[in-house]
Amino acid sequence: MMRLLSGLIAGALFGAGLALSGMVDPARVLGFLDIAGIAQGTWDPTLAFVMAGALAVATPGYWLARRRAKPMFEPAFQVPGKGVVDRRLTLGAVMFGLGWGLVGFCPGPALAALGSGRTEVLIFAAAMAAGMWLFGRVAR
Amino acid sequence: MCFVAAWEYRLPVMTSFDPLTALLGGALIGLAAALAVLFNGRVAGISGILGGILDLDRANMPWRLAFLIGLVGAGAVMLARPEATIEITGSTPLLIAGGLLVGFGTRLGSGCTSGHGVCGLARGSKRSLVSTAIYMGVAVATLFVVRHVIGG
Repeated sequence: MMRLLSGLIAGALFGAGLALSGMVDPARVLGFLDIAGIAQGTWDPTLAFVMAGALAVATPGYWLARRRAKPMFEPAFQVPGKGVVDRRLTLGAVMFGLGWGLVGFCPGPALAALGSGRTEVLIFAAAMAAGMWLFGRVAR
Repeated sequence: MCFVAAWEYRLPVMTSFDPLTALLGGALIGLAAALAVLFNGRVAGISGILGGILDLDRANMPWRLAFLIGLVGAGAVMLARPEATIEITGSTPLLIAGGLLVGFGTRLGSGCTSGHGVCGLARGSKRSLVSTAIYMGVAVATLFVVRHVIGG
């Protein structure tokens, strides 16, 4: 029960943070990614401040977690260990960057924006889920 | 001093750049990531969570579904405010192509902006640092080409 409740709370905080910071709005994300805007005075630094705020809280959280033998509500940590940088990691990041730069949605905001009821969000989220499903079928 | 009843307080909606609201929103995301690892020992990576659900990974299904319901539900509540708007400019084929690339790419690369960008950087992972640098750089370059080379 606590496992589910803590999952629900973490998800809700995550969604509220994305919506509050405007990251559910692709136009705002693209406003950050458009570096030509720096010279034109139209650049939107929001995403950098969202990342800074997130890391300021998540970093001490992970530091605390590292000092514990196990998490509060589950028997073991499921955090990945140290891996190597390989072709899958880099190629995946390139594909993700392409899609992100084209639309301005990454996975979290695309799901948190579903409640807007906008058809465009549904189309993007369905295509994203299809891409993930496809990966599970062909590349595993 | 100004006293505002709790039910009269409305969370701000950002229309122009507002550093404090951006930091506060980011802090909520960071808090979610911290709680996920401290309570459940899990990475709050959205592509991993949705991908795991689609892969029908039964052992981790309940927590992942609970997280997803919270994420979508909180987003819906926040977006129900009439002043909260989102602007999507892409055509349907572009949305589909972008979605497929984001979905496949984040699974192949083991993470997205949340898993690598927030959780990975917070725990000092070299893989996450490399991933974040690549997808940021590629996204910036892609948008530059689309907006200022092709569209210019």
